[in-house]
Amino acid sequence: MLSFIVKRVGQSVLVLLVTGLVAFSMFTFVGDPIDNMLGQERTMEDVERLRTQLGLDQPFVVQYVRFLEQAAQGNFGISYRQGRPVAEILMERAPATLELAAVSGILAIVMGIALGVFTAIRRDGVAANLIMSISLIGVSLPTFLIGILLIYLFSVELGWLPSFGRGETVKIGGWSTGFLTESGLKALILPAITLGLYQMTLIMRLVRSEMLEVLRQDYVRFARARGLSNRVVNFRHALKNTMVPVITVIGLQLGSIIAFAIITETVFQWPGVGLLFINAIQFVDIPVMAAYLMLISVMFVAINLLVDILYAMIDPRLRSAS
Amino acid sequence: MTRFFDSDVFYAFRTSPVAICSLVVTVLLVLSAVFAPLIATTNPFDPASLNLMNGFTPPMEPNAFTGERFWLGTDDQGRDVYSTILYGLRISLFVGISAVLLAMVIGIFLGLLSGYVGGWTETIIMRAADVQLTFPSILVAMLIFGVAKGVTPVEYRDQMAIWVLILAIGLSDWVQFARVVRGATLVEKSKDYVAAARLIGRSPLAIMIRHILPNVLSPVLVIATISLALAIIAEATLSFLGVGAPATQPSLGTLIRIGQGFLFSGEWWILAFPACTLLVLALAVNLLGDWLRDALNPRLR
Repeated sequence: MLSFIVKRVGQSVLVLLVTGLVAFSMFTFVGDPIDNMLGQERTMEDVERLRTQLGLDQPFVVQYVRFLEQAAQGNFGISYRQGRPVAEILMERAPATLELAAVSGILAIVMGIALGVFTAIRRDGVAANLIMSISLIGVSLPTFLIGILLIYLFSVELGWLPSFGRGETVKIGGWSTGFLTESGLKALILPAITLGLYQMTLIMRLVRSEMLEVLRQDYVRFARARGLSNRVVNFRHALKNTMVPVITVIGLQLGSIIAFAIITETVFQWPGVGLLFINAIQFVDIPVMAAYLMLISVMFVAINLLVDILYAMIDPRLRSAS
Repeated sequence: MTRFFDSDVFYAFRTSPVAICSLVVTVLLVLSAVFAPLIATTNPFDPASLNLMNGFTPPMEPNAFTGERFWLGTDDQGRDVYSTILYGLRISLFVGISAVLLAMVIGIFLGLLSGYVGGWTETIIMRAADVQLTFPSILVAMLIFGVAKGVTPVEYRDQMAIWVLILAIGLSDWVQFARVVRGATLVEKSKDYVAAARLIGRSPLAIMIRHILPNVLSPVLVIATISLALAIIAEATLSFLGVGAPATQPSLGTLIRIGQGFLFSGEWWILAFPACTLLVLALAVNLLGDWLRDALNPRLR
């Protein structure tokens, strides 16, 4: 087990070093930082002084190691566009994205499992078939179209819910939350549905197919023969045994919720990290792009690592295989 | 040709209404994109053909000032929505198909190389694929787009945007191809015909391209169709987010982005028709890919 963990951690560190290299290369090869920092009126001495001061006269490897050191301490430089430290901007934006991701994640998991179990148990029912057909459309609709559709229905036609922004937020310490005001909660509903819908359909379809598989097993038949109630058979015996693959997929989907938040945040002008990233691409704000890349790769790698280790703990065959 | 009509795949196609429908829709859309200049009523990007007075004409109704009628209405600048959709479809399909072709060429080449040569070549290529697979491909495409945009000089950015978009989506999508081709190559490598080709002294490159490649193409075809649907959606998403096709060369995604601005003022047609076109296109290609995967996979039959 220990050697497996060590090997997987080693791989993860390698992935991080590579993405770090990509992020660092963006600084080095895309535009000249000196150009970005000094205005039109500059002398050769200024340029030379700044070059030495920033360490740009050092060899590539030395600069790369310095970049990694700084990044590890959360120092990603200064945004070209806003002129403020990137870390500060990210911290300001993070609560919006995390709250949105958390709500839509919970929505996707709860609804996904519930609907999955329902469609598996009533596999030939009208309602179950209807849910399955709708989910097929849900998978092939691009996320941004779902968002626009919801805006059109609930904001333009019915006027029930706001179509953009976070509503009023309350500051608790350094964290601005939208959970405590009515307008904040209202503003959260549409983006959370938009973001969670795809993951929900994915979880639902997975739970359904796993459930159908398990319900065919002998031990389920045996449990029924013993005269256990339907609820006990369905939930304690069947659902419990579908959980291993479901948990894996949920774990891996956590990362993509954060990534797809970019799209949802743009549709709803939600002031989170994703919208920041899109604006950074539009205005070629390299420090923000690099910081976002590093941040999200740490997250993805950590999630993958955790899922793999959990999996190896549950299923001993994986340990010996590697 | 008769061999094709007698084949299992054609039989499966003939008896599947979903497959026939989605193929017909796809072909119709591709044809209308190709012949857009002939069937469009105006060239929406020729300023001489536009009349600002025609702006915001609802579908099928005569314009209040000029009395002109437009099937699908006009946008704020008086451009005929029907014509902009045809031209937008053209750009969407062009970007999607080119991106898949790029991904296919890169993926096939790297897959053949890592499968046939093995050793550290294989390790490096497959590790790179693993690293890339850690991230969702839309994110990879965004990053590549951002970096490529940063490298192009400001005055060329709009002109180059389409090519940068193809590059970004293509590079974000090669991994699937490489993995499948590598797997198939590993199987083919140990067969006698490869040993025979090696014996008569053919070069490794010739063996890979002339002998192994034709035998690993059928799974590639399936992945290409599924990738096309994904590439079309990826292109629309990027353009919608404002990091894709520019307003001077709008794809369907760009048109939806523009249309979203008029959602609250009641001009729904500027948004709705491009969105429906994208939906139909994505759905048709998607269903076609699903069907092809099932038809070519003998295990499921």
